[in-house]
Amino acid sequence: MRVMAQMAMVMNLDKCIGCHTCSVTCKQTWTNRSGMEYVWFNNVETRPGQGYPRTYEDQERWQGGWTLNKRGRLKLKAGNRLKNLMTIFSSPKMPSIQDYYEPWTYDYETLTNAPLQEHTPVARPKSLITGKEMSISWSANWDDDLAGSTELAPSDPVLQKVSDKVKLEFEQTFMFYLPRICEHCLNPSCAASCPSGAIYKRSEDGIVLVDQDTCRGWRKCVTGCPYKKIYFNHRTGKAEKCTFCFPRIEVGLPTVCAETCVGRLRYIGLVLYDADAVLEAASVEDDRKLLDAQRSVLLDPDDPEVIREAERSGIPRDWIEAAQRSPIWSLINRYEVALPLHPEYRTMPMVWYIPPLSPVVDAVSETGEDAENSGNLFAAIEHLRIPVEYLAELFTAGDTAPVTAVLKRLAAMRSYMRDINLGREPDESIPASVGMEGEQVYDMYRLLALAKYEERYVIPPAHAEQAHGLEELATECSLDYEGGPGMGGWGPFGEGSGGTTPIAVENFQALKQRQTTNTLADPEDKEKRVNLLNWDGKGRPEGLFPPAPGNERGAPERMDGTDPGGETDPKP
Amino acid sequence: MTTTLDLVLWVVVPYACLAVFAVGHYWRYRYDKFGWTTLSSQLYESRLLRWGSPLFHFGILAVFLGHVMGLGIPKSWTAAVGVSEALYHVMAVGVGAVAGFCTVVGMAILIYRRRTVGPVFSATTRMDKLMYLVLAIVILLGLANTVVGNIVGHYDYREGVSVWFRGVFLFDLHPALMAEAPFTFQAHGLTAMLLFALWPFTRLVHVFSVPVGYLWRPYIVYRSREDRLGGQAPRRGWDRVGARYRR
Ligand code: HEM
Ligand code: SF4
Ligand code: SF4
Repeated sequence: MRVMAQMAMVMNLDKCIGCHTCSVTCKQTWTNRSGMEYVWFNNVETRPGQGYPRTYEDQERWQGGWTLNKRGRLKLKAGNRLKNLMTIFSSPKMPSIQDYYEPWTYDYETLTNAPLQEHTPVARPKSLITGKEMSISWSANWDDDLAGSTELAPSDPVLQKVSDKVKLEFEQTFMFYLPRICEHCLNPSCAASCPSGAIYKRSEDGIVLVDQDTCRGWRKCVTGCPYKKIYFNHRTGKAEKCTFCFPRIEVGLPTVCAETCVGRLRYIGLVLYDADAVLEAASVEDDRKLLDAQRSVLLDPDDPEVIREAERSGIPRDWIEAAQRSPIWSLINRYEVALPLHPEYRTMPMVWYIPPLSPVVDAVSETGEDAENSGNLFAAIEHLRIPVEYLAELFTAGDTAPVTAVLKRLAAMRSYMRDINLGREPDESIPASVGMEGEQVYDMYRLLALAKYEERYVIPPAHAEQAHGLEELATECSLDYEGGPGMGGWGPFGEGSGGTTPIAVENFQALKQRQTTNTLADPEDKEKRVNLLNWDGKGRPEGLFPPAPGNERGAPERMDGTDPGGETDPKP
Repeated sequence: MTTTLDLVLWVVVPYACLAVFAVGHYWRYRYDKFGWTTLSSQLYESRLLRWGSPLFHFGILAVFLGHVMGLGIPKSWTAAVGVSEALYHVMAVGVGAVAGFCTVVGMAILIYRRRTVGPVFSATTRMDKLMYLVLAIVILLGLANTVVGNIVGHYDYREGVSVWFRGVFLFDLHPALMAEAPFTFQAHGLTAMLLFALWPFTRLVHVFSVPVGYLWRPYIVYRSREDRLGGQAPRRGWDRVGARYRR
């Protein structure tokens, strides 16, 4: 047994309202750069739907992930090492920008510069790839909320796998949202496809990263990842991916997507796993046994032998304790309600999902029956084949039994808790019918419905005996580094050349630029103006208001509106 | 008899270019690991690339091997293992013609693609254009050599250019041999030297990253966070106890 620690996430799909806040905050943090316009490290897909990039789940087409060869050994679906090298000059299965979408901006300037004319001027869309005018016909979220789904959804690879009967019943629509980030797999096929060995898994916390100085732009990882969560930066010629916000995780903060999630549906914590067992578990022959295999790779953090082995492999004491309190471990193995996304890709993904009960609840309440009655819900779960089979294609390689079991537990929790909330005698037969005890159901309810910040995110800070070097908690000036304070600019080989700039320095420069820039928002007389971003709300700094007539100094003597002759509003 | 011009063209210029080549690569690797990439444009377009890039690359790799044979291996060695002049000639011209043809067609497709596909063109740098210009001249002159040396006239480069070329590396200088060579051979040699001088400053550096190690390394790479946290190295003098030495 070789114990390793892995930072993992669980998302409770019932609570996702599809607001895309997570995508937007992630983009603002990580991918609002030239070359990454089309990239969403976090994206939220409506299911059924084609996903982003289009139909990425069709591995017969895109050849991502692993498969078993004739001898039952694991091999990359895109081909063995030699084939991978021989096709390096032109990667056969790489999605084009059209499969993601052509990013655009609008020609906003015409709105302000247009001369007086009869018709309102329009800001036309301009491609961010070519700079030319374009017509918008696809985006990362074109089929959001089932938009156009009569045409688009039939190409959903997951829907196609579900039997014919289900397809015909598609009129009985259901939908839910699937937020996706990189899975930080235990057996990452992106890393295995990288000819340069630039993609690595951090041995401390299992976060999968691309070494930007070693990546040579062979773009094989894009094909290798079955979730298409490696992106090619077309300006720098390097691969980039979700970093699990490692600078935040290292200091004990949750990822940006989790921190800003409106539904508070994301859980982050550690799991311990047996690194020696990964390969065997990923090579299980039957796709439908992969779920159990993956569960069994995770180790019980309360088992004394596991603790001993973990200490032997140098996992610090507070990390083991964090693994014992981990919500991830509870949701995956204690309550068994979380399932991995597409275990059949055999990468051992580490972002798991609690499947949504809402399609079932909606169907029951549409019939006018009580949707909080466990009997009704159980019957509906057995009866409603469409959503259950669809969920099974997503989370269990098509095996409906585990999905049904999870949905029943969620349904049981719903009815059991209703009795308690209404002050009735709790019905202990409900938990018993799903193999749980009343108290366990209550604990699960607490974790799913009430859990506070510290319970949802159990993130032990990184072990840095040199904590002074930490980026976000710097006790020294983090701009103090050789060549700093990162004055930016590119090297002589154009964009993307030259050394890398630490993240904090980049942020500092961006902020400084914004605050000192010469734009409409902050005009030339800015030394006389007050930057409201820096104003602490106290007092009335000089320049907060425009100069009153006859008062060159600028600070009005009275509050606005009390001076009958003075201006009350800054005129445009 | 060797004139000053011959000395400059066939001794000074080659050494200068090769020095720029070597030092340039060392410097760029130290200074600009981040910019060391193929700068693939496949995200923009793959229909033309699917043909152009493999044709060009397999062609140019064969051409490279041909040069190793033709320039690197003395005539006496091939003769010693029983390869007759005629056999060598047929092999070289045969294989060389196929490889050269693939290279030129591939390059034509790549250049056509660079110019006509909008996104690819707007991602083309000035350095790319200069590189393609010099590369195209070198390749076309090389093809002209085959024609001049074998079909129009007869020039056995293995007794001329090759001896000079090896001499550059063995410090056994023969500028006179180049001075006697046909014009296309001279031009090919000189432009190739220019290409070598440009090499470290273009995307061609990707050639030195050929990832052959991939065939042997374990699939999954684990790496420790080591002494770095938050993407930033600690200041000198603040390394954690037991941290590895950084250069
Ligand atoms: C085995 C060695 C080599 C490998 C693995 C290799 C690989 C690559 C790759 C992956 C690309 C990017 C293609 C794309 O997606 O856009 C590329 C582009 C290129 N390579 Fe190579 N290459 C090798 C050797 C060479 C050599 C010897 C030359 C020429 C002397 C060369 C010249 C070029 C050029 C000019 C391009 C740019 C093509 C374009 O986009 O217009 N390569 N190479
Ligand atoms: S999901 Fe992430 S770790 Fe897994 S293969 Fe894709 S990029 Fe790699
Ligand atoms: S922020 Fe939360 S609720 Fe909103 S789309 Fe993202 S995961 Fe769903």
